[in-house]
Amino acid sequence: MMRLIRTSCTTLVLAALVIPMASADPGSRIWATGGVTTIEGSAGGGLVPWAMLSGYASDREWGGTLALTRAELDDFTVSFTGVTLNWRNRLEVSVGRQTLDLDTLGAALGEDELSQDIFGVKTRLWGDVLYHRYGQWSAGLQHKRNRTFTIPDAVGARDDSGTDVYLSGSKLFFAAVLDRNLLANITVRGTKANQGGLLGFGGDQDDGYEAQFESSLGVFIDRRWLAGVEYRQKPDNLGFAREDDWWDLFIAWVPDRSLAVTAAWVNLGDIAGLENQQGAYLSLQGSF
Amino acid sequence: MTPERFMNAIRFTLLLLVLGGLTACQHPHTPDHRDADLYQALGERAGIETMVENLLYLIVEDERIAFQFKGIDVAHFHRQLSDQICELSGGPCLYTGRKMRESHSAMAITETQFNALTENLILAMEQNRIPTGAQNRLLALLAPLHQDIRGL
Ligand code: HEM
Repeated sequence: MMRLIRTSCTTLVLAALVIPMASADPGSRIWATGGVTTIEGSAGGGLVPWAMLSGYASDREWGGTLALTRAELDDFTVSFTGVTLNWRNRLEVSVGRQTLDLDTLGAALGEDELSQDIFGVKTRLWGDVLYHRYGQWSAGLQHKRNRTFTIPDAVGARDDSGTDVYLSGSKLFFAAVLDRNLLANITVRGTKANQGGLLGFGGDQDDGYEAQFESSLGVFIDRRWLAGVEYRQKPDNLGFAREDDWWDLFIAWVPDRSLAVTAAWVNLGDIAGLENQQGAYLSLQGSF
Repeated sequence: MTPERFMNAIRFTLLLLVLGGLTACQHPHTPDHRDADLYQALGERAGIETMVENLLYLIVEDERIAFQFKGIDVAHFHRQLSDQICELSGGPCLYTGRKMRESHSAMAITETQFNALTENLILAMEQNRIPTGAQNRLLALLAPLHQDIRGL
């Protein structure tokens, strides 16, 4: 509970920074169809990228988002800050910084955090999430560069940078569950990243690309509230500790096009030998 | 594959099955009993006519699309669109206007304009206090017209 309160306070302070920027008209796509910002910067849910591009730019517009995210797990704190630009709902470019504070392990390891920069592009290949019978399909890249490599190196990671490639499909089914709209997403990602890249890329057990499935399902309670679940498969390349899949339960509030607030309960499984890392997640997104 | 990862793969497959199952339940809408309650929920003919009127007010105020509607026969458009929504929602009406592809082909409607109209329609429904579920059901019936209206 204290954790949730602390997260909320941080977020309120951050909100004061984000909201004023998000004042201009952010574009014409229907409310909430830009999703929110993942902890890797691409538009999606919290952990899983979706096929929708960020913000609200439609085919004659451009726009973007700014996002601040924090998840306080049992023994770690994950945070992410990033920006995206969307050109004509065709191309999304994102840049962000992700950190994992080593709250519990820090003293023993003599390091405070793991951190990486993530540069993403995503392009809408085909379709539309609302209007097309087969939904919307997009492909993306996430190029990740570790800013701290001492620990990943020590535990057997092969590289301090890596590039994930993914294909995502998203579709909104109108009036699908109790006359509520259902948003379904599926992503397949090729990756060598350990713990999303925070622990480097490739490892002593496996140094190749592996295909991982990710999925999420959300229900629009009304046009401002989306609740759902996400699941993300992960590789397990490092011998020193087992890596688990990730999942979360989320609720997002999108009062209008300029603001989105997402709260979630995330379970990132075992991280670096510390078991069952769960906690509260809070993310704020402003669109412009 | 360790037993743990195997379990995870199973869990993931289950999620996909649920997803697939929901998709399969999306039968194409034909005017049936269910849709007749939609007609009621929209406030029958009178409710639909007020909603279309509200929509027209929103359109003329919206600089993204107002120009497309300049010089149209407003009374005719109001009647045609009300007929169409009335019939689609299971009401006792018959739409006698042109096919969507035909009536919109000369306008080169962009995605931005289509979204603007959808937004105004949702706002018009909200002004009429149409419940969320009924709004979604009407949108489900209109979304498939997108390809024809945009001439895709
Ligand atoms: C789901 C979306 C839409 C529906 C259900 C719809 C429906 C209709 C209907 C029933 C008519 C009357 C056709 C006739 O008189 O034969 C019509 C005409 C018209 N529509 Fe749409 N429409 C949609 C989207 C749009 C959009 C996005 C625009 C432009 C931004 C647009 C602009 C017009 C105009 C200007 C006319 C009058 C054409 C004329 O009288 O020559 N419509 N529409």
